[in-house]
Amino acid sequence: MKTHDDLDDLKAAFDAATPAPDPARKADTLRLARENFDRHQGSANPARLSSVTAPRGFMTGVKRMFATLTGKRALTLTTAIVACGLVVLTPAGRDLLNLPARGPIMADRGPTADQPQVTPRPADTVAPPAEEPAIAPVTDTLADTLVAPTTPPRAEAELLQNRVPAAPTPSPQAGVETRAPLGLNAVANPQDARVAPPPNTETFANEDPNPLKVTAREPVSTFSIDVDTAAYSVVRNSLERGALPPPQAVRIEEMINYFPYDYPAPEPGAAPFEPSVNVFETPWNAETQLVHIGIQGTLPALDDRPPLNLVFLIDTSGSMEDPSKLPLLRQSFLMMLDQLRPEDQVAIVTYAGSAGMVLEPTPASDRATIAAALDTLSAGGSTNGQGGLEQAYAAAETMAEAGEVSRVILATDGDFNVGLSDPGALEDYIADKRDSGVYLSVLGFGRGNLQDATMQALAQNGNGTAAYIDTLSEAQKVLVDQLTGALFPIANDVKIQVEFNPAQVAEYRLIGYETRALNREDFNNDQVDAGELGAGHSVTAIYEITPVGSPAILNDPLRYAAEAPADAATDEIGFLRMRYKAPGDSESQLIEMPFATTGAPGTPGTPGTEAQFAAAIAGFGQLLRGDAQYLNGWDYADAIALANANRGADPFGYRTEAVQLMRLAQSLDN
Amino acid sequence: MRMTTSDEDLALAAARGDGAAFSALVERHYDRLFGLCFRLTGSRAEAEDLTQDICAALPAKLATYKSRARVTTWLYRVAVNAAHDRRRRQASHGRAAEGWGDWELARQAADAETHDRLDWLSRAMTRLPEDLRDTLALVLDDMTHAQAGAVLGVSEGTVSWRLSEARKHLKALKEKEGAP
Repeated sequence: MKTHDDLDDLKAAFDAATPAPDPARKADTLRLARENFDRHQGSANPARLSSVTAPRGFMTGVKRMFATLTGKRALTLTTAIVACGLVVLTPAGRDLLNLPARGPIMADRGPTADQPQVTPRPADTVAPPAEEPAIAPVTDTLADTLVAPTTPPRAEAELLQNRVPAAPTPSPQAGVETRAPLGLNAVANPQDARVAPPPNTETFANEDPNPLKVTAREPVSTFSIDVDTAAYSVVRNSLERGALPPPQAVRIEEMINYFPYDYPAPEPGAAPFEPSVNVFETPWNAETQLVHIGIQGTLPALDDRPPLNLVFLIDTSGSMEDPSKLPLLRQSFLMMLDQLRPEDQVAIVTYAGSAGMVLEPTPASDRATIAAALDTLSAGGSTNGQGGLEQAYAAAETMAEAGEVSRVILATDGDFNVGLSDPGALEDYIADKRDSGVYLSVLGFGRGNLQDATMQALAQNGNGTAAYIDTLSEAQKVLVDQLTGALFPIANDVKIQVEFNPAQVAEYRLIGYETRALNREDFNNDQVDAGELGAGHSVTAIYEITPVGSPAILNDPLRYAAEAPADAATDEIGFLRMRYKAPGDSESQLIEMPFATTGAPGTPGTPGTEAQFAAAIAGFGQLLRGDAQYLNGWDYADAIALANANRGADPFGYRTEAVQLMRLAQSLDN
Repeated sequence: MRMTTSDEDLALAAARGDGAAFSALVERHYDRLFGLCFRLTGSRAEAEDLTQDICAALPAKLATYKSRARVTTWLYRVAVNAAHDRRRRQASHGRAAEGWGDWELARQAADAETHDRLDWLSRAMTRLPEDLRDTLALVLDDMTHAQAGAVLGVSEGTVSWRLSEARKHLKALKEKEGAP
């Protein structure tokens, strides 16, 4: 050991110089830490599901155990435990150990008792080393155990140890647990801290699938368009991590609308979008038909687009540190910069971390400055008291000049601590700002805390889109390929109303759009908000209809109902009405068109590639949601075949990717 | 009760959601943590901010605490990482601080008072390369080379080597400026 003389001097100097901590500051810090701690304990939400939501039974646990126990260490461990079990539990073994006879030790341990080969820690003398997590299937009772704070700690520790999966756990998110009310007090075991997946606080917005409607009783269906794509990205992210997505994460219309379709574009000078209707035989039911409504938005000449003011409102809370979050965000925004023009302006505001305005409004041509500001972003640190959202809107307002388009782009992993804590107030605030001309889009990053429902609500209120960015290629799709559409609305509050002709259609159901349903009277009410159509975007809606006289009709006709006033002379299936507002207008305009099958009534027309592909995705979405009752055994293989046959030109490869996802889902579903 | 509970048990209890355990843990380590932050930053105000950042972020970091590690090792690792983050953020902070107004000005004035006394120390510390500074700060906090190595994720030998490097740097600095 060297002499420390010189260092000792330094140490003495430092010791003398180190000031006593300021008591007031110390008290502040302790209080802040305590507050953060309490907040970190999570919400008072009731039971929610982690990303894989199939209920896990005992047998699944056993299967999973055998599926995952392939590591060398784990196999050794299992073997060792079987040996221990043999030694302890067989008479011969007990003789060997000279143990006093005792009853079946594990008898009171529930389902593990009849699995002696995996019975852990049977006797104190031969217990496996404490560091090794003992192996046993995760049983149904795990959740109970986790939320039973009355269990004496020791007993609980044993129970948990018995049920914790072994060393090579699957990806943390793949753990299946119904997490009960997550006051973490409930999770009361040291071992648990080591092996439990991080608490998953994702929430998804969805409703029950649309029910089958009887045309005679309810001939009108009304909904708002939905151009979000977040659901598809979440589905892809789940599948690529080897788990089927939670059914409530699957919003079918968002999956369908993820893809660009080659629908006929509107004539210049006409309405900003062009509807087209296709009627063809349902792939999963020969007795029903699909009504495919495709809407193609016009793509205005890009050269004379108005200048853009973009304010990035970036979440820099500690959880954003993950490589799939802040670093991905940084790269994504850099990619997007290349799409902007010199007259566009960019500002950056952060929240929940390093303070406030990171980049004052800067011309987009000053790439170096913007890139440098993005580079200084780092996750972590204490919460900034200032309302990041208000600051972002204030910045947007200072940048706005007549004729320009201003938009706040909120990028977060689910921490909406933007200064307004009441979700209702937050939505109102955003809606208010929307009316003053500043729009809001939401980009979701990372998994584990994704507040899908909040993202949806905010973007819907802000006249913007919610997208989920999981890979750089998704960033490219959202922020480069489709940037113009995402930032320039060509029609606001687009609503669709379809009235079916009861003489032709006995029953119908809308596939998807559950979260976008509108009341019938809302259609003509211009106060009611609806979705926006971006430049060049397309929107697709699909109904499954059962023609009158089809054997597939599920509801018997009413004996006492009035005869339908059928106009047998027409072959119209239904009547499509659409309302939209031109950007900046407050009065809506109406587009109306009847639609019919081509040829004789009841004879489906020939679907195009685009409509067929949309149908394949609709079927895929229903499979993922588990709405198999309408699918008549149509399965992933059929979806793959249909999608493959209708990939079309697919210049960006999105459809090819969809087929791969279907194949993944097919394997995971077994 | 709480005073006799080990750091490790407190940290585990806190990771499970025990708020009282968390408070006790932070309170117990605040002063020492502040001392370390002071050595890492060389300024009282910086040290107070850094300590606050660390404490505020601790709840989120608890999940990374493994029961096998000593709490001080884990805590110091969090502190050293936070100090790195803070240094990286300095530039943007400096810009942001311009808008903070009177409160920040008053704080900076208070800073200036203590500044002269600490001048040589903080200059000496800030002129060291980062890794040497971190290592030195830990060793000056009565950590053994092995413990400092555990915090920094390097071997004991590396710590010893870095210390001798730090000594060389300090010596050169002293010769250049005269004794403190």
